[in-house]
Amino acid sequence: MKPPPRAPDLARKLLAQPLTECVACVREGGALPSDLVSAAFDRADDVGAGRESLNIFLATDRVRATESAKELTALIGRAEAPGNLAGAPVAVKDNIATLHMPTTCGSKVLEGYVSPYEATVVRRLRANGAVIIGKTNMDEFAMGSSTENSAYGPTRNPVDIRRVPGGSSGGSAAAVAAGIVRLALGSETGGSVRQPASFCGIVGVKPTYGRVSRYGLVAFGSSLDQVGVLGRSVEDTAIGLEVIAGCDQLDSTSADVPVPRYELEKNARLDGLVIGKPKEYYPEGLDPRVAERCERALDAFRELGAEVRDVSLPHTSYSIPVYYVVAPAEASSNLARFDGVRYGLRVASESGLTGMYEATRARGFGPEVTRRVMLGTYVLSAGYYDAYYKKAQSVRTLIAQDFRDVFLSGVDVLFTPTTPTPAFELGAVKDPYEMYLSDIFTASANLAGVPAISVPIGTASGLPIGGQIIAGHFEESAMFRAAFGLERALAGKALPGEGSA
Amino acid sequence: MAVTREDVVKVAKLANIAIDDARLDALARELSTILGHMEELAQVDTERVLPAEGLSSGGQRLRADHGPADPLFNAPATFAPEMRDGFLIVPRLATHEGSPERSP
Amino acid sequence: MSAAATADYEMVVGLEVHVQLKTRTKAFCACSADFGAPPNTNVCPVCLALPGALPVLNRHAVELALRAALALECKVNETSVFARKNYFYPDLPKGYQISQYDRPLAEKGWLTIGELDEHTPVRVGITRVHMEEDAGKSVHDRYPGATAIDLNRAGVPLIEIVSEPDMRSAAEAGAYLRLLKQILSYAGVSDVSMEEGSLRVDANVSARIRGTTKLGTKTEVKNMNSFSAVERALDSEFARQVELLRGGGTVQQQTMLWHGTKGETRPSRSKEESHDYRYFPEPDLPPLVLDMEWVGRVGREIPELPDARRKRMAEEFKLSAADAELLTASAGMSEYFEAVARASLDPKAALNWVMGEVSAAINAAGVTIDQFAVRPADLGELLRMVRDDVLSHTAAKRVFARMVETGKPPAQVAAEEGLQKIGDDSALVGWIDEVLRENPAEATRYRNGETKLQGVLVGLVMKKSKGRADPRKVNQLLPERARS
Repeated sequence: MKPPPRAPDLARKLLAQPLTECVACVREGGALPSDLVSAAFDRADDVGAGRESLNIFLATDRVRATESAKELTALIGRAEAPGNLAGAPVAVKDNIATLHMPTTCGSKVLEGYVSPYEATVVRRLRANGAVIIGKTNMDEFAMGSSTENSAYGPTRNPVDIRRVPGGSSGGSAAAVAAGIVRLALGSETGGSVRQPASFCGIVGVKPTYGRVSRYGLVAFGSSLDQVGVLGRSVEDTAIGLEVIAGCDQLDSTSADVPVPRYELEKNARLDGLVIGKPKEYYPEGLDPRVAERCERALDAFRELGAEVRDVSLPHTSYSIPVYYVVAPAEASSNLARFDGVRYGLRVASESGLTGMYEATRARGFGPEVTRRVMLGTYVLSAGYYDAYYKKAQSVRTLIAQDFRDVFLSGVDVLFTPTTPTPAFELGAVKDPYEMYLSDIFTASANLAGVPAISVPIGTASGLPIGGQIIAGHFEESAMFRAAFGLERALAGKALPGEGSA
Repeated sequence: MAVTREDVVKVAKLANIAIDDARLDALARELSTILGHMEELAQVDTERVLPAEGLSSGGQRLRADHGPADPLFNAPATFAPEMRDGFLIVPRLATHEGSPERSP
Repeated sequence: MSAAATADYEMVVGLEVHVQLKTRTKAFCACSADFGAPPNTNVCPVCLALPGALPVLNRHAVELALRAALALECKVNETSVFARKNYFYPDLPKGYQISQYDRPLAEKGWLTIGELDEHTPVRVGITRVHMEEDAGKSVHDRYPGATAIDLNRAGVPLIEIVSEPDMRSAAEAGAYLRLLKQILSYAGVSDVSMEEGSLRVDANVSARIRGTTKLGTKTEVKNMNSFSAVERALDSEFARQVELLRGGGTVQQQTMLWHGTKGETRPSRSKEESHDYRYFPEPDLPPLVLDMEWVGRVGREIPELPDARRKRMAEEFKLSAADAELLTASAGMSEYFEAVARASLDPKAALNWVMGEVSAAINAAGVTIDQFAVRPADLGELLRMVRDDVLSHTAAKRVFARMVETGKPPAQVAAEEGLQKIGDDSALVGWIDEVLRENPAEATRYRNGETKLQGVLVGLVMKKSKGRADPRKVNQLLPERARS
């Protein structure tokens, strides 16, 4: 078969098209996966993805990406199914285990560590024809909301390089926002996909806890962690989630719940959909720009035929304290394995084994990781367990009950702001607890295990603002349906005060 | 509840992280501030509430008793800091210094 | 200290027994659980605790743990919870051990010891049976200044069986351990070998004045490598405590290590006091919710336990109480006996052979009954050949010896060695005539009516035939050959 003429600029154009079109073109032989890989790397060069500028990647492997692209071409040549992501360049957060490229979690303690096995989500990406082009920068061990906590320097926001991209999946959000990839994997513990998606003006999905396998996702807060998807559009993220979702025998917490096809009908209305507006997410002091964009989004929902209903999730205000007990407690235990014995950094000491442990972990962990490991160790230690950990887990039950009650009351999805403010400048937030408050609207979904998505709902002074749609357990279909409707309703609709003002 | 310098020393020992003396007081303050925000949890009545215990209900999925295990593409020797004759090597434990006795 | 010096004090003992479950693969990953592989070769992302790896529980491990719990009359909890026990140790890859803490698999069982002795039986309460994983192996004496770590054992499934402080002497503790081992072996839960480390015992011991009910301060004694070491360690530690108490001192709650060569317990040097394990529910494993129908099935399918087997065998095979007790001491031996008894259709002979020849042979070869070359069906056939007069008893012993060496079936050995009984008259007549010719004096006396010589002459014929002659026929033929 003689291939039709292809040009690198076709690949470059495809990279800016919806995934369905890009993949269809590859499957029909209209574009070579290797051209898409080249286009992605060229784009990375053009936007300054490198260390000195946006600092998006901790590792890339152009040679191997090109090789896998060629294998894919051979597959298509033999008329074998190349999968739903055929040829799509994808970036993967650096806390997800991949062969060949290091998996450092943005930490010195894993500098140069190459995983000898691959995460289930990465295996599923590859099996569906995705080409992994690099590992993205992140807050060390996903602890942070700005990507400033990376041991390898901060990532900058492609929308405004003075500002943070959010975090902890800042590198993945920036890679998508800068147009290098259509799709990237991130991870969530308290908002680490949705918050950077909101800051970078893209879409970010946190699935239901158990929807996606955690096998190969380096654990931070095991009962909260979930791999998430970042993309340019709701549809792209739905395709990405379909690929990585599903039960995995290697993860006891992955749920044996069938993954539906997320059918997104163009021009579909939302008649009959009940959208809850929880009052706790619209506090009096909310940034007026954020409040304004949310109101417009709610108007858009109404125009599509949805009913907006005022609701309450009374325990919302406890989500940050609960989160900052539970997540560090689990982290303090999860990070005990970084002890210099089997892999990663080892710092020798004159005081024997204990000295080696202490020096390795002191040198290997950055200040925020140390702070959280200390916090987590403290709340689990004898005498404090009941007051902190057990108490927090009990309040967590109440937070989860709030969601159950509201969804049982006939509400299909909730709509809230994703973050209290747009992206802030690098170095602007210095107090740890103030930084923790970045998760104020996102952490509840992790605590309750429900799915949530952040969708761009406009800008303020050129800075993107995200709206969040939260659904019930395993109700990603409803979440996507609402998000898709909102995205289409807002498309091209410039709101007053937006643009370059 | 104020975290003292001594608490920080104790917790650092449990967590096996060396903390510079100069950092101890600052860390005690930071942890106190953060934990101060957690105090509001005490206001919530949780007497009749069971603590959350993993979000996947319906119990644990079990695995059949056979292999193969998920394979390693590279052997431990390629990523371990120190190996000898197939063993991982660490500094000898203080409790076993100068003693031929086996671990309890 | 003499026994008299401790006579006014009473020993109080509770035991914590760790038992390795007999599974093919580890508790939380599919690595082989076998011993003896080169170091760090039975390892995978999970048991190396590589970043991102997660545990998945082995169903068979749960089944074996349930069997143990049910054999010990425990109440099984429909929901039990795994927890993380956090501490740093180089052979503990994750920095925590997955174990069950406040909601164990099973609780409130018991075991009755001393039922067969003359004194009153003692019921020892089982506090709990819970599941956990083993750590790796630390070798401290292989390289100077270094500890060598092998993680092949890391993640192998264990159960911990915790008893109530219901034992009052080292002998009772020993009896408890022997019975526990017997039950677990019968139930197929474990290999229960202290030598191979598949059974480990820690003892909690305290002393109190006889007649009082308040428990004294206990110490935990570790590092015993046999049941008799446990007994000696308990006596020694008890004596140490009594001496302290008599001198007006107090016992310190601490871990003691048994030093077998010195015959004494000494405080452990490890920094026990700093242990704060920070237990919390293991978030990687949802609560273990058991299908109680399955639990019932596991209970019904528990192989016959020693007590039941002893009673059944005594009745079915008409064994004395003593024989039944001796036979059922080992699950393997009693199964072997039963198979031989059924195959031979001659329980009495089976008993004699199993207690005699078979025991001697396995002891000589240093193997266990499971590894013994002669399969019970073959021994049964051998005994049948004796019963059917195909082989003489003498020949059977020679055949058996060859079977032990070669593992071949008896008929084949007998044929190869030409040991089958010869009842053919001409051959027998030939041997008889030769014997009469070679022993003229005895032959004459026999002919003259000294019939008691019949036995001597038959013996000589048997000898000449290398045991193959059918003695019944020789007895018939001898008088007429002597007369002729």
